[in-house]
Amino acid sequence: MIEMILNGLEISVERGTTLLEAARFYGIEIPTLCYDESLSPIGACRLCLVEIGPAGRSRLVSGCTYPAQKGLEIRTHSKRVMEARKLLIEMYLATCPSSKTIQDLASKHHVTRVRFKQKHEECILCGLCARMCEEQMQAKAIEFIGRGADLRISTFFDKKSEDCRYCGGCMYICPVCEARCQGPQEKDPVCNACLNLEPPCLDQFQDAMCYMDPCVACEQGEEPIKLSDDKE
Amino acid sequence: MRSLQQKIKTVADLFQLQERLKAEQPVDKRYIAVCGDTGCSVWGSKSIKDVFQECLEYKGLEGQVDIKFTGCLGLCESGPVVIICPEQVFYQKVKEEDVQEIVEKTVQQGEVIERLLYQDTASGQKYVYMDEIPFYEKQQRILMGDNLKIDPTSIYDYLALGGYRALARALTKMTPLDIIEEVKQSKLRGRGGAGFSAGNKWKECYDMNADTKYMICNADEGDPGAFMDRSLLEGNPHSVLEGLMIGGYAVGANEGIIYVRAEYPTAVEKIKQALGQAEELGLLGANILGSGFDFQISVTIGAGAFVSGETSAMIASIEGRVGEPRQKPPRLAQRGLWRRPTVVNNVESLANVPYIIREGTRYRQTGTEKSKGTKIFSLVGKVVNTGLVEVPLGLTLREIIFEIGGGIKDGKNFKAVQTGGPSGGCLPEYLLDTPTDFEELNDVGSMMGSGGMIVMDEETCMVDVARYFLRFLRDESCGKCFSCREGIIRMLEIVDDITEGTGTPGHIELLRELAGVVKDSTLCGLGQTSANPVLSTLRYFEDEYWSHIKDKKCPGRVCKALIRFTIDQQNCTGCGVCLKNCPEEAISGEKKEAHVINPELCSRCGICLDKCKFDAIIKS
Repeated sequence: MIEMILNGLEISVERGTTLLEAARFYGIEIPTLCYDESLSPIGACRLCLVEIGPAGRSRLVSGCTYPAQKGLEIRTHSKRVMEARKLLIEMYLATCPSSKTIQDLASKHHVTRVRFKQKHEECILCGLCARMCEEQMQAKAIEFIGRGADLRISTFFDKKSEDCRYCGGCMYICPVCEARCQGPQEKDPVCNACLNLEPPCLDQFQDAMCYMDPCVACEQGEEPIKLSDDKE
Repeated sequence: MRSLQQKIKTVADLFQLQERLKAEQPVDKRYIAVCGDTGCSVWGSKSIKDVFQECLEYKGLEGQVDIKFTGCLGLCESGPVVIICPEQVFYQKVKEEDVQEIVEKTVQQGEVIERLLYQDTASGQKYVYMDEIPFYEKQQRILMGDNLKIDPTSIYDYLALGGYRALARALTKMTPLDIIEEVKQSKLRGRGGAGFSAGNKWKECYDMNADTKYMICNADEGDPGAFMDRSLLEGNPHSVLEGLMIGGYAVGANEGIIYVRAEYPTAVEKIKQALGQAEELGLLGANILGSGFDFQISVTIGAGAFVSGETSAMIASIEGRVGEPRQKPPRLAQRGLWRRPTVVNNVESLANVPYIIREGTRYRQTGTEKSKGTKIFSLVGKVVNTGLVEVPLGLTLREIIFEIGGGIKDGKNFKAVQTGGPSGGCLPEYLLDTPTDFEELNDVGSMMGSGGMIVMDEETCMVDVARYFLRFLRDESCGKCFSCREGIIRMLEIVDDITEGTGTPGHIELLRELAGVVKDSTLCGLGQTSANPVLSTLRYFEDEYWSHIKDKKCPGRVCKALIRFTIDQQNCTGCGVCLKNCPEEAISGEKKEAHVINPELCSRCGICLDKCKFDAIIKS
């Protein structure tokens, strides 16, 4: 076990625990956008910042990637952390305002204004989808492409992927996915927008290809999905 | 070239060969050193070398007089540089036509050709010998000095100068711990930028218990305007190899990797050639010098990402993954290449190692209390003598820029100096007495970095400088961290607005806040320092930001949206040169009458200003 000081409390966690896991284990809420328990952390969204080290020589690190170390002093809600987090959320709002997750974060952290030029991106490049595809679905159909300002998520060479099984894991895990709830329409009291279809993979395989709940195949609408390779 | 040499199997073999080489090349042997580094090559030094060759053959002097096509000789401003040795008569800006005269007068008769000598711009004095020139006088060229005596394509030149003796000493007379202690004592600090103690790095790796360890040489030099690592690799590759091998022996690694960027094809070629020669002589491979120590070196070529100079990103790149930094800890000594303990050292740090092993106490006499030795700076920008300068650590910026560099070009005034590459900072005139020392430069908001030193004159706009570096960083950020990727894009957005005259007073506060957060919250060193161009210009040149925002004026007269070109009606003779050259057809006027510029059409390209012979174009 590793002893650390979390917000002034002496705690002990198992070796290999990250600071984010330790904080959450002790009931401290830290916001994240690129973290999922089932996937390897990459520290991309920077929202899980925590302050480590003694006062005066402290620094901010991403809690999801930093390993627990003996005697480490951690502050999860210091002024420095909160101010950095607020500005990051403001930048997220300026980039991708259509995401309910981000809007909720803004309300929670009292971000009431956006001082940057407004953009309307559909992706915050958290990389959850790519890791989901690789680590949980073993498909590796999508990846980060490009660098810096040109970074984006795509299939290899932007060609239709032969590894994609249409499992929808990428959409399932996306924190800013555009499929927002519109609520029931006037004519019909039943919304059914999220109606869970029969998993299309069962047409071809004896077992479902994923255990996602709900099955995100519903995003595809009424058209049944062809799983056979219709190559271009 | 010499016939195939027998393998060097023992230290005695090495000493014997060196004695023979020294006898073959006496100190007073006459030779002509032609600088073959990129700067001088662009000026045609390759063909100058060929003409020298022909000329010597024609005069029947081959054999008596050698020609060495050397690495960088430092004074790139005056290229192509030719030095007649052993006297070291320094000729600058040599042309093919001068070759015959040089051979006839200087080489054969010992006369000096006045017009090819270096002339000091300020005093007008001419200098005959290399070490008299003020540019070289204040330098201490322990790494670069040998470039003059070495043909980088020949291992024998390096051996003749006592090369690989440090390796022999390390392998036979010292234990790994002795070497680490010696390097620690020497206070050698990482020359790549961070300034971490090389000895401590080695010790940490030495202490790790593992069957395989790696020693990596970082030659992914990507700072704009910096080229000292390239010049070392191209000018004296064996010194780097020797340092790498000594490091490998000290930390317990049997494999070395040199990570060079793809944009340095000549360096790659030279280093591969050097590796081949060292292997051929048995200085690399199994049982080196009979000590039982095996060492292999391979070369990995980077795919052109600035961020791969960050050590963890470099390791990802060598492993075949995308060059993205990862969280440290675990540090590289704990988990590096292929999860094995790894040490990554910069080219220049490694080039220091043989010298430290050879003459430890002498090395410690140069430098400051906390950082010993010398540092190579690439002095570029608006300075009279651009080039590579190697100075003892602790020399002040003023001494480097004004005494070695010869001051500002065209008699203009100094405005700022940018040290440490894109992640460094811009320092104003009153900080020129800051010594070049890791801590001192950090304290004033810049850094040592890898040693780029860009001098700016009064006609530089500091907001525009911040914009330039932000653009570079935007393209070179790996993009993984939101704070760095989006932070740089947003900083650039704000700075763009300011240079285009649409800045608001709120922008300065926002920019400062944002830069602070980017610095605080990003994962790797490159991301954290990406805010430095903004932070340091805001710290020292905030008034320039304000004059862009409030007065809509650019004090350096650079930002196109904020300057105007007009024609002085008194001075204009109506010659029509500006009218003919204006690409926007914005100038009108009758022949022999004063012309006018239509500000609506003018694109502020400044061609009219360059072309006008009568000083009639006014930039305001």
